[in-house]
Amino acid sequence: MAKKVIMTEADIKRTIARISHEIVERNKSTKNIILVGMRTRGVPLAKRLASNIESFEEMKIPVGILDFSLYRDDISSQDIPLVIKSTDIPSSVDGKVIVLVDDVLYTGRSARAALDAIIDLGRPLSIQLAVLVDRGHRELPIRADYVGKNIPSSKDEEIEVRLTETDEMDEVAIIPKPGREG
Amino acid sequence: MEAVEQINLIGLKDEKPQPAQKIWKHKHILDLDDFTSEEIDLVMQTTEAMHEILSRPIKKVPTLRGKTVVTLFYEASTRTRSSFELAAKNLSADISNLTVSSSSVTKGESLIDTLETMEALGADIVVMRHPYSGAPNLASKHVKASIINAGDGWHAHPTQALLDMYTMLKHKNSIKNLKVTIIGDIIHSRVAHSNIWSLTKMGADVTICGPSTLLPKGMDNPQPYFPKVNVTTDIDKAIKDADVVMGLRLQLERQQSGLLPSIREYSRLYQITEERLSKADKGVIVMHPGPVNEDVEIASTVAHGDKSVINEQVTNGVAVRMALFYLLAGGSRNE
Amino acid sequence: MNKSMLIKNGRILDPAQDLAITGDLLITDGKIKEIAPDVKNIPADCTTLDAKGMVVCPGFVDFHCHLRQPGFEEKETIATGSKAAAKGGFTTICCMPNTEPALDNKATIDFIKATSASEACIRVLPIGCITKGRKGLELADMGELAETGVVALSDDGSTIADSRIMKQALEYSLIFGLPISDHCEDAMLSNGGQINEGIIATRLGLRGIPNAAEENVIARDIALAKLTGARIHICHISTEGSVELIRNAKKDGVRITAEVTPHHLTMDEEMVLDYDTNAKVNPPLRTKKDIAALISGLKDGTIDIIATDHAPHTENDKLCEFAVAPFGISGFETALGSLMKLVHNGDIEIHLLLSKLTVVPSKIIGSKFGKLGTLNQGATADITIFDPDVEWTVDTKEFYSKGKNTPLNGHKLKGKVMATIFNGKIVYKDNSVKLGV
Repeated sequence: MAKKVIMTEADIKRTIARISHEIVERNKSTKNIILVGMRTRGVPLAKRLASNIESFEEMKIPVGILDFSLYRDDISSQDIPLVIKSTDIPSSVDGKVIVLVDDVLYTGRSARAALDAIIDLGRPLSIQLAVLVDRGHRELPIRADYVGKNIPSSKDEEIEVRLTETDEMDEVAIIPKPGREG
Repeated sequence: MEAVEQINLIGLKDEKPQPAQKIWKHKHILDLDDFTSEEIDLVMQTTEAMHEILSRPIKKVPTLRGKTVVTLFYEASTRTRSSFELAAKNLSADISNLTVSSSSVTKGESLIDTLETMEALGADIVVMRHPYSGAPNLASKHVKASIINAGDGWHAHPTQALLDMYTMLKHKNSIKNLKVTIIGDIIHSRVAHSNIWSLTKMGADVTICGPSTLLPKGMDNPQPYFPKVNVTTDIDKAIKDADVVMGLRLQLERQQSGLLPSIREYSRLYQITEERLSKADKGVIVMHPGPVNEDVEIASTVAHGDKSVINEQVTNGVAVRMALFYLLAGGSRNE
Repeated sequence: MNKSMLIKNGRILDPAQDLAITGDLLITDGKIKEIAPDVKNIPADCTTLDAKGMVVCPGFVDFHCHLRQPGFEEKETIATGSKAAAKGGFTTICCMPNTEPALDNKATIDFIKATSASEACIRVLPIGCITKGRKGLELADMGELAETGVVALSDDGSTIADSRIMKQALEYSLIFGLPISDHCEDAMLSNGGQINEGIIATRLGLRGIPNAAEENVIARDIALAKLTGARIHICHISTEGSVELIRNAKKDGVRITAEVTPHHLTMDEEMVLDYDTNAKVNPPLRTKKDIAALISGLKDGTIDIIATDHAPHTENDKLCEFAVAPFGISGFETALGSLMKLVHNGDIEIHLLLSKLTVVPSKIIGSKFGKLGTLNQGATADITIFDPDVEWTVDTKEFYSKGKNTPLNGHKLKGKVMATIFNGKIVYKDNSVKLGV
């Protein structure tokens, strides 16, 4: 099976615009919102959402960066630990609406780790989750509040999200899992 | 939240997800002689993330839940042990402490027996301090747990050297070409030895200075066994233009063994004083692994003065040890 | 075992008579009967050993080893030690008196002689103490020791620090003509040191032993030997400076002999880099420069003999922190393989090597114990047969010695003992050697 492009640059742009509106609509106001990008690709997505919202709300939206590596439940599994970075959220999370932003929602384990990480920082008013792609196969009772595109996928496939900030182009594609034969 | 200072990192792009395992190769931390500059960089970067956690109201993350860390100290050291203990607790590891009086160390058989017992009790990481050089190396050959050397004899104190480097990075842009002068009892100092390895690997210009009886042997032609550094008995020459001046604790029994005429003479010739420091770089920082013999190796005014970063070293020690626990817990699985 | 044996087609080398021929060697009644390119008069019931491609030479004589009995039988016994020595090609070994009790009186020497007679497969000659209990304070009864049959006097690892006692020991030894064999170490200078002083000690954080700790005492001993006219033998020299001191003393006419070990000739301080306690030895392994000086000392005769200083320890003894591990290398079974490296590298000639292992140590021992270290007709048939070119891997599990403490485990050596004959009887034989009738 070859690579199949699911979202083009234009699709991604439209989707981010839509989610931006949904976030504002749902929360009535933008006053208490902090967009928190989950490392790695959640960070540019959060920044894009923020600048979109700023363009029609004319208000600065704070963007934070969350590294949830230390909250992962798989440090002893075969997964490779990532180089961890600092978490950097520009103000206290107490009483704020935290919108976690990630590229792909899959098993839900990253989201769970991110929730724990946020809760350790304080007591937000609410936590919401925005993802570009929901590919299914949840292993935890977690769902996203904002979904760019639902992509039914097989576990033998990978969803590859590329963003100009990290990968020099915008594209979402579905590819067979590398290194697995038969 | 405090502004996060940018650490100078070699070879790692900021936003690319990097599998640490491609860089990190260590199952044990015995000394820094076998660390690559990329590994040291990774430790610095991870330490920065851990440092951020220490600034939070809740300083605890669940990373090492279910892992057991044992501290095994054959030499008393409340400071170092507490630092490791806090680091382990911040990462939610279970921790158990064992102190063995150094007078009961007679045979390695007992060391290996002790380690095997700990392993049977489920230790994943053993933090070890021992009066004999190479004891952690011996331990690492006989147990499956990861060994962290918390100081062995005159040999090495790798976690101290890493926290020293992290402290330097907090004040200086880069280690490369940094002029670092280490003053004092170099030959008996595991802190100095490990610092020489890490600093030279990262491109610092290192000078060691002390009375000739306390300088290491064979330094005229050290390679490939040991890094090349500048060696001098002249403290004024050593301090001139230095970016970092590091003092070492002088064990007072050196005088009894005839290596020094008197502590008074040592202080007169080798104490880090305000006056001597005035010849250093304007932005010089003064470091010391502690505990300081005030007015012996460092003038008390300097130890408590604005150039001193001695207290920061203590805080940074916890962050560095958290980083090392994290890397060992993640990196040891593919053995 | 048959009364006669024919070793055929060997490369027969005997430095004592400057002999080098390829041919046969006939043994009858435990004595060397004939050496010829082709021995004709072969007795009917003669055992034959085909030594084609092998060197046939006098059995090796080791002037310095430790058999640990009495007192430390867990490390070695006369039985196991002599068996290991035979495997290494030795037919005469001189054991040091650092046992418990020390070999400082007739009773202990008699014990060694009796135990050797019943349990050793080769000749074991004891070395007696210089001072009572090796304490360096009062002279041992040297006359009694000499009469009982010691080959030399030594306090082994405990150098006599008091120069006056040493001077008197040398003076007194003149009565018996026995050499005083000295382990030269200024304990104040070595000061609990672990390895050679230098950059590797710096790297490992171990206390160094300076060259001067050895040279200091050698210089003293030379002065005292010169003063008294007595015989001094310097154990296991390890430094360039020691070679120089002894070279000059010999020029000066001092009655001095010196030995070097296979490990000091072939291994340098790098061997301890991984805190390998099996490479911890006293004097410590030194530098490449020292090794070069030791080789030149062998060549010009400054160093008279090669002795193993076989020092077995149990695995538990060595399985510990470097600083608390005992000094010593188990050396019998790797001696020849190690030393042949010097021949294969072109550092020394095989004749020179063999002379340092046979005729010269025999001369130091003297004729009191028979005509040793030669293949002269009529001499005791102590013979070593080795293949100079066979490569083998050291495996301490195969050692006969109880001491597995060698840094050479797993190393490849070239040159292996194939058979050892003591008093006309085969006491060791490699599995590959087939006997015929």
